[in-house]
Amino acid sequence: MSAHSTAVDPKSASLWARHYPGHDVIGTRTFGFWLYMLTDAMVYAALFASLVVLSHASNMVGGPAPSEFINPRVAYEETIALFASVLTYGLAMVSLKKGSRRGVTGWILLSALLGLVYLGLSVADNVNLFQHGITPQTNGFLSAFFAIIIYHAVHIVVGVAWMLVMLLQIAKEGFSQNVVYRLINLRLFWHFQAVIWVFVFVFVYLQGVVL
Amino acid sequence: MLVHLQGSWSPALGRLCMKQLAFLHVPILEYTFAVVALLGLAAVGAVTYFGKWKYLWREWLTTVDHKRIGIMYIIIGLVMLLRGFADAVMIRLQQDMAIGPHSPGYMGAVHGYLTPFHIGQIFSAHGMIMIVFAATPLLVGLMNIIVPIQIGARDMAYPYLNALGLWLTGGGAALVMLSLFIGNFAHGGWYGFLPYFELPYSPGVGVDYWMWAFQLSAIGTSLGSINLIATIVKMRAPGMTWMRLPIFTWASLSTNLIALTSFPVLMVALALVGMDRYLGTHFYTAGMGGNLMLYNDLFWIWGHPEVYFLILPAFGIMSEIIPTFSEKTLFGYATMVIASFAIGGVSWGVWLHHFFTMAAAPSVNSFYSITTMLVGIPTGVKIFNWIFTMYRGRVRFELPMMWALLALSLLIVGGMTGMMNAFASNDYMWHNGIFVVAHFHMMVLVIASSIFGAVEYWFPKLFGFKLEQKWGKWFFWFMVLGTGFVFVPMFILGLAGMTRRLDYIPYTAWGPYLHLEMVGIGLYGAALLFFLAHLYVSLRDRESRRVGADAWGTGRSVEWMTHSPVPSYNFALIPHINARDEWAWRKDNGLTELHPGDYEPIHMPKNTGVPLVLGAFFFTLAFGLTWRIWWLTALSTAAIVIMIIVRSFDTDTDMTIPPNEVERTEKRRSDRASDFIATGVPPYAGGPVGTATAYQRLPEPAGGTGASSGGRL
Repeated sequence: MSAHSTAVDPKSASLWARHYPGHDVIGTRTFGFWLYMLTDAMVYAALFASLVVLSHASNMVGGPAPSEFINPRVAYEETIALFASVLTYGLAMVSLKKGSRRGVTGWILLSALLGLVYLGLSVADNVNLFQHGITPQTNGFLSAFFAIIIYHAVHIVVGVAWMLVMLLQIAKEGFSQNVVYRLINLRLFWHFQAVIWVFVFVFVYLQGVVL
Repeated sequence: MLVHLQGSWSPALGRLCMKQLAFLHVPILEYTFAVVALLGLAAVGAVTYFGKWKYLWREWLTTVDHKRIGIMYIIIGLVMLLRGFADAVMIRLQQDMAIGPHSPGYMGAVHGYLTPFHIGQIFSAHGMIMIVFAATPLLVGLMNIIVPIQIGARDMAYPYLNALGLWLTGGGAALVMLSLFIGNFAHGGWYGFLPYFELPYSPGVGVDYWMWAFQLSAIGTSLGSINLIATIVKMRAPGMTWMRLPIFTWASLSTNLIALTSFPVLMVALALVGMDRYLGTHFYTAGMGGNLMLYNDLFWIWGHPEVYFLILPAFGIMSEIIPTFSEKTLFGYATMVIASFAIGGVSWGVWLHHFFTMAAAPSVNSFYSITTMLVGIPTGVKIFNWIFTMYRGRVRFELPMMWALLALSLLIVGGMTGMMNAFASNDYMWHNGIFVVAHFHMMVLVIASSIFGAVEYWFPKLFGFKLEQKWGKWFFWFMVLGTGFVFVPMFILGLAGMTRRLDYIPYTAWGPYLHLEMVGIGLYGAALLFFLAHLYVSLRDRESRRVGADAWGTGRSVEWMTHSPVPSYNFALIPHINARDEWAWRKDNGLTELHPGDYEPIHMPKNTGVPLVLGAFFFTLAFGLTWRIWWLTALSTAAIVIMIIVRSFDTDTDMTIPPNEVERTEKRRSDRASDFIATGVPPYAGGPVGTATAYQRLPEPAGGTGASSGGRL
């Protein structure tokens, strides 16, 4: 068990890391952000599990069957808006690689606008449902249904706000270390919302049509 | 959108009114409030009298130093441990008094001295405080302090986030304490019962206090776990490969992976309770398509990983203490690592054993029975590894080792009774009984013992002097006695069929056992006094117990390679790691010089008050939500968002310590060390050690025990 005493020759061992360059700040920040997204993925996992548990006929008392009000067409339009936004954000990252401040700013602005389009569609759809008396307070199924959709929309709000803050920071600082790691993390965040949206589209909207 | 509330509500104060100020008209709380108010005034007065406000603000409240944050976590944990203990005393006293129909009643109670509503709040608070606000901060604090030093880093990966996690936990703890005096606390058990916790059945603010305090702590702990994992993965010193990682750090990694993945589920479970209570949704309601089992599942999907989140660092502490005081390397390092991750993995597949009796099919129960028993395999591996570490070692029974061995013994009792609980068939007989309660108290006492061991073990590393041994041993033995007197009768009563959370004991035959438990509580109370004496004497006589870097003389891992107390930057030069037990390896090879000379500038984060203020706003947010004071809620939310954004524009967050300052600090440490050289204690390991240590002895002659000084087997 004395692996430790044979591994390195003590006569030539280096004991102190002189001129140690330190740790890669951007890599560490991005790694931490991946970990944060894992926590958020767990939140979604719990919410989707709740939706499955609350998807039986007994959970839909006092409200319409999902197939009567779920409109995958609206969700499809939202998908287009969100995925276009992710694409333009990806193009912003291409500009970042080239160091083009104008490119980054322009593409992020477009991403934020597309995010707002998504939000507009989502709000209009949900307000429409509310006006028809289909609310989270109706029954267990609808509680879970709206919880997922609204939780996802809150992320989009945060993402758009984050983009606006980044536009200010780019204008103020240029591509400093802080700005670059935040742009990379925002890319992770924004792509992650699109991935989650795939699940929302499949398990909330498409699944809802056949329930 | 918001639910209609019964009772009074005003826009300015929400549900808050004079009637809710419980400390004005509940007799027990009047005294408690007086004591707490006096203690608070005394603390404020003392800080003012000694002119320490500036020091407190600059050195502690705004610090981002992982060691100081860890110490503050531990202080919060110890204060809340005391509160949880007070709750335990009150529960035991009630069960000691309210036995049989002829037992008298006092202060409005029919039997005993607590009304059912009151004792309900006490046992809920006891459970929640001990798990979430005592054990968790104590362990998170220890990991915060030790992990960065053990991996040769200067700080955590995100020092600012670290401070934020601390102040969120502090805000949650403050909220729980506030519920003692303003309003009331949840009265249906610490893990909540749905739909009992829905608004129609629990209309008061108790459940809201419980929920928001829990939520704050969950957010804080998740942030902390992100930080610790990133620190361990990204911040290790050069040369520290995975198989050279100290075992406590491995345990921390496993435990934080559990926290990272399980706490979000708790947040969802509680958020859905919140939506039911505030917005009138139907996740857990009895009617309208709610499903109360959903709550049980979500809660315990967090709840069971959570208990392994608590026990794994305790195992890590034992794995550090036992080799140090056996003067041998840890037996079975690789199996220890695998066992830690096996426990972490299996923790995700056992949650249903918390409700075997709640309508699961036999096949489901069998599955969870078997997975629960599987936990015994890696835990058994660990127990044997510790025993084999001591085998043919040179075991020294100093206080840390005594606590570690107590934890080991309790683990065997707790583990064996856990196996008994793992049988679903057994559970049908004693579900909700105090056999289960006694079992999990054995397990949390494993955690508590490890924590006390860790405090004894690492105290000199942080403060530069050892705690004294005499009162510490009194404390230790009275804890052992108290544990025996409280929990042996509890196991017996559990087998006799007593259920948990009783405010009245119908069978007088149980009386003698309950009186014995009260004796145990008395012994615990004495232990508390000995603990205070232990701290006081240690502080008073600290000059005579100053230690050098390697406080115990037989330390093995990297944290013993820097000064005690540890300077703010941890290491003047980042160490290069060559072996698994790096410090033991260096001592073996005579490479103990800790002053490598020619210092370099050190890049460190600057102090900031933002996390503290954010924590305060999260507290007011939770308070506003609890009492439904909407303006306060909106104001706090806006303040939080604005502060986060404004802070992100701050580019002046770091500083550089110039080399001459590093040199001055390092020199000062060695100067102070030289005072002790004058006392005749031979210097080694970068500074002298107060007590003679076995390490200094020469290797035993051939044919001896074989455990030579370097810890080779």
